[in-house]
Amino acid sequence: MNAHPAIQNGVDAANPAAEARLGCRIQKRFAGQQEFAVDVSFEAATGFTILFGASGAGKTTLLDCVAGLTRPDGGRISIGGRVVFDSSSGVNLPVAERHVGYVFQSLALFPHMTAEQNVSYGLKHLPSNERRRRTTAMLQAFRIAHLGGRNVRDISGGERQRVALARTLVTDPQLLLLDEPLAALDAPTKSHIINDLQQWNRTQGIPILYVTHSREEVFALGESVIVLEAGRILRQGTPHEVMTAPLQETVAQLAGFENIFDAVVEALSPDRGTMTCRLSGDGGSTAIETPLVRGGVGTSFRIGIRAGDILLATVLPRALSARNIIPGRILSLDQRDVMISARVQCAVEMEVHLTLAARDSLQLETGREVWLVIKTHSCHLMQRAT
Amino acid sequence: MAIDWQTFSLTLQLAFAVSVLLLLLGLPIAYWIAFSSWRWKFLVQAVVALPLVLPPTVLGFYVLVALGPRSPLGRWWISLTGHTLAFTFSGLVIGSVIYSLPFAVQPFAASFASVDRKLIAASATLGASRLRTFFRVVAPLSVPGLVTGAALSFAHTMGEFGVVLMVGGNIPGVTRTVSIDIYDRVQAADYAGANQTALALLVLCFVLLMIVYSFHRKASVLNSVQ
Repeated sequence: MNAHPAIQNGVDAANPAAEARLGCRIQKRFAGQQEFAVDVSFEAATGFTILFGASGAGKTTLLDCVAGLTRPDGGRISIGGRVVFDSSSGVNLPVAERHVGYVFQSLALFPHMTAEQNVSYGLKHLPSNERRRRTTAMLQAFRIAHLGGRNVRDISGGERQRVALARTLVTDPQLLLLDEPLAALDAPTKSHIINDLQQWNRTQGIPILYVTHSREEVFALGESVIVLEAGRILRQGTPHEVMTAPLQETVAQLAGFENIFDAVVEALSPDRGTMTCRLSGDGGSTAIETPLVRGGVGTSFRIGIRAGDILLATVLPRALSARNIIPGRILSLDQRDVMISARVQCAVEMEVHLTLAARDSLQLETGREVWLVIKTHSCHLMQRAT
Repeated sequence: MAIDWQTFSLTLQLAFAVSVLLLLLGLPIAYWIAFSSWRWKFLVQAVVALPLVLPPTVLGFYVLVALGPRSPLGRWWISLTGHTLAFTFSGLVIGSVIYSLPFAVQPFAASFASVDRKLIAASATLGASRLRTFFRVVAPLSVPGLVTGAALSFAHTMGEFGVVLMVGGNIPGVTRTVSIDIYDRVQAADYAGANQTALALLVLCFVLLMIVYSFHRKASVLNSVQ
């Protein structure tokens, strides 16, 4: 019953390093009104691997496929050398036999049970004294021993997260999937739980796939980050490599930047996390401060700025936190529904969105001299499409 | 003439037997309806719901034919027991089970379907089989639906008339139920007896439904805490 599952399946258990701890190649299509496809291939080592992406990027689908809750159309999934899914050889282990721990975003605690009953649920195969011993040890490790007899309805949010983690970890999973389990928590509670989780994994040494769309969590947890977008892996690497890399231009265009310009890096300020780029266009050139990304002086980038992120001023603004204040002249004002789209000529031609009320109170009209105000972090750097 | 307690006792026995059988039979059917993704599932759902709309005489007629000596089932039963199923208590139970099937299956299936799928998924990732998941998670969270289904089958069987008359006839102590008894009394102009019996049945069914709904109230108060 408790033999190592790799041995049960006759796979090379003596040399788990022969294969990555989690090997994952998944293709899955969802037909329907909004067709959506996931097509990813990656490997994850022991420790935290962050799956980062907007909602709808395919993160949860990916976890469901690994856990066995959703059947991929094709691919291969192996955990510590043990194949749990392989479309070419027809292997598809049921969920209950995969030894994959999964903590859902909703936690999915059994509402009719106490905290202790929840935690011991997955230990049915053990004799009752051993089950009690392990349950107690896990409740203590996650600092919820005093809640054991309480119904999970009657405990706080942070305590529920701890119960959900303990319930999953007590079964000794060979892979842990965490689908934003800490999203609803305040920062101190979150970092306490993460510490306890990291402490636990120091002895277990299993891969942990951690889904989030919070940049802070990526830097706090990540040894490795996978960025997902529209069902595909955009980038993979350390948090620093991945999160400071410029976006692909195609992606940025999809994300709706009305203004995209060529720019060349002029100076770097690594200590401030910014750099200065020169924007060139028909009307000359202007310097603009942007967030720091990889690439030295002289590197060419594209800069994307959303029309709604630009402010217009009719007098030169002073004492402002925004770092970029660029003079220009209004070329045209077009009304679109309840919004005004202004084209402003400075070194380049920029599109700016404002409200009808803003146009009227500033008495904006074609030919008027204005100043564009752009925050450093409203400038998104992209690699040029190749 | 006073209440005929023998018919009352027989009716209660019938209702009890039907409820127990429907719990056993209805649970797997309801589970399948709630969780199957078979594309023709609606056909099964329609068949299960048929007794809700069919006149009891139509259902009773077909059950009578199916139980009779000319049908394979009837012949098999005769070879087993030596007598026909029609006009026996067992035949009555079979007819009543079919007649009350939707009253059990629909509340069962509705309550299974309302169990959060993530709980079922969580149970599976914790290594539990489907059977264990059903008994430890799905069924306990469906208790109000299970109670409703069982109580409705019980009450519905207590009050049935047409199917009983078609399948069971009117044999005192064997197939004469309270509703048939009332009909007989009215036919015989025993209005006082009919009234007493009808009133007793009315009170009994009311009390039963009252228990069900008060139970529901408690359950919904409990669930709303979450």
